[in-house]
Amino acid sequence: MIAIRDPGLRAGRAGRTREPTRQLLRDVSGRIGWAVLAWAVALAFFLPVAWMVLTAFKPESAAETWPPQFTFSPTLSQFQLVFSGWGPYLTHSVIATVVSTILVLALGVPAAYALSLQPIKRWRDGLFFFISTKMLPIVAAIGPLYVIALKTHLLDSIWVLIILYTAMNLPLAVWMIRSFMLEVPGELLEAARLDGAGRIREIREVILPIVSPGLVSTALICVIFAWNELFLALNLTVTNAATMPMFLISSVPQEGLFIAHLCAAATVASVPVIIAGWIAQRSLVRGLSLGAIK
Amino acid sequence: MTVVEDLAPPPKVEIRPRAVGRREAWARRLPLLPALIYVVVVTQIPFVVTLWYSFQSYFWDVPGGAHFTGLSNYTKVFTSPDFRGALVRSVIMTASAVIVAMILGVVCAVLLDRKFFGRGVVRTLIITPFLVMPAAASLVWAGPMLDPNFGLLNYLLAPFGVNHVAWLSTHPLGSVIVVMIWQWTPFMTLIVLAGLQSQPTDTLEAAKVDGAGALATFRELTLPHLRPYIELGILLGSIYLVNTFDQVRLMTNGGPGTTTTNLPFYLYQQVNNAFDIGGAAAAGVVTVVLTIIVATFALRLFARVFQAQETRA
Repeated sequence: MIAIRDPGLRAGRAGRTREPTRQLLRDVSGRIGWAVLAWAVALAFFLPVAWMVLTAFKPESAAETWPPQFTFSPTLSQFQLVFSGWGPYLTHSVIATVVSTILVLALGVPAAYALSLQPIKRWRDGLFFFISTKMLPIVAAIGPLYVIALKTHLLDSIWVLIILYTAMNLPLAVWMIRSFMLEVPGELLEAARLDGAGRIREIREVILPIVSPGLVSTALICVIFAWNELFLALNLTVTNAATMPMFLISSVPQEGLFIAHLCAAATVASVPVIIAGWIAQRSLVRGLSLGAIK
Repeated sequence: MTVVEDLAPPPKVEIRPRAVGRREAWARRLPLLPALIYVVVVTQIPFVVTLWYSFQSYFWDVPGGAHFTGLSNYTKVFTSPDFRGALVRSVIMTASAVIVAMILGVVCAVLLDRKFFGRGVVRTLIITPFLVMPAAASLVWAGPMLDPNFGLLNYLLAPFGVNHVAWLSTHPLGSVIVVMIWQWTPFMTLIVLAGLQSQPTDTLEAAKVDGAGALATFRELTLPHLRPYIELGILLGSIYLVNTFDQVRLMTNGGPGTTTTNLPFYLYQQVNNAFDIGGAAAAGVVTVVLTIIVATFALRLFARVFQAQETRA
């Protein structure tokens, strides 16, 4: 056995050793060391994000210097530039994200119900069919998707994104909502049934109130994926439905200084989802693991 | 945080089943149908059309539309070094990003599994890269972070003798993989952390009383406990990362040459630059067949992971 003592784990047990003060010291220094290490790792991961936000406040001339500048007189001019040009992109992103998420919930809640609380006979196959569609790479069908969109006059329309984002997020939502529904106490459903509640009343009055926090976190996960999606938007839209990721690309000109402007656009595009993710932190892991991990 | 026995049928509810008959069976199926039909139509039809176009010669820029060419698209795909290269790079990128992200994820999760000052903030900071829009992450890494002339990384590495390295042209594949790792380590961290926090404390206590060291305890007790979580993280990470497109498109545009062209980017080029719908469709069909082979194993693993948790719970 390797005998590496773990000071932190032994915290609060100092009294058992012969030298309480020394043990206490070791505990404290172990804890501080641990915290310092964790903070260092966290800051390293966060550094590119911090650098992006910092650069967004730079004048263009201070963004591309050697050595990089950490002190400068901050300016909002990059943000003003972003806000003057992002209108249509923002609208398209909001519509595609919100409508697809509403559709996902509208289709996903009944489906999850049919696969959990009142399961159909082959609910296992149903569940695995949904997840298997997530494994098919959508990129493989991009050419034909383009042709289909063209022939159905959906090319460069917001609907093509809404339709595809709904299909993209629906499997994930079904798995996730199902895991929330399985937590509804059986006694409650039993009581509702004894009261003679029909299926619709049962869903509306018993299940939905209990799973609604879960629905909110499901919605947030869907929003994150729809908002960040680039591949389909880039292939199937040009101007009438171009979304925020495409706004970012458009903010990279062929020549001239653009780094500060790019960072401002990247910050503005990322912030809504970063905040949504921070709020949904607790349920993030559940959504990402399709409800497998609570 | 615990793992639910997700695939267990919920018998509690079935104490007093409604009359089971043909009508009841349909009433049960009904709520599922809209979602099922929707997913079948939207996700399966494009693949059927892909199969059809894979036997057609169809170029955007050539008038006259599509006509049947038999297997020639497939011959092209199998003899094309570009396709093979893209396939190999897809595997390399996905595998290395998933594995390194998982190793870093375990480290971060272990760090976060203990109480210390500001743990909530540290956790929030660590998950943030996952939330950054991939397009934004790619452009920020390609410019302000990795630029040879003013990039932050070169500045930070300057004390170690790094001198204005043009990362994207000298280490293109590595740079793209680094950004993939940066974005996906938080995902692995969260999944492994959930595993760590579901570990029963009494076993750990017992190990400590027996005088086991921290490292030995981790290796003998914690790692086996984490195994299903690690498998799940690797599986899900692979599903998402194999589709990596944004980083390739925006950091290196597949280059220099084809050094960072993976399958998604190759297919994108076939459609957008070569206008070759038939060729892209055939490559797509081959991709889907390969994916199905991998996904069959993945699904089996997926089922096993849930089953294992079912029996444990």
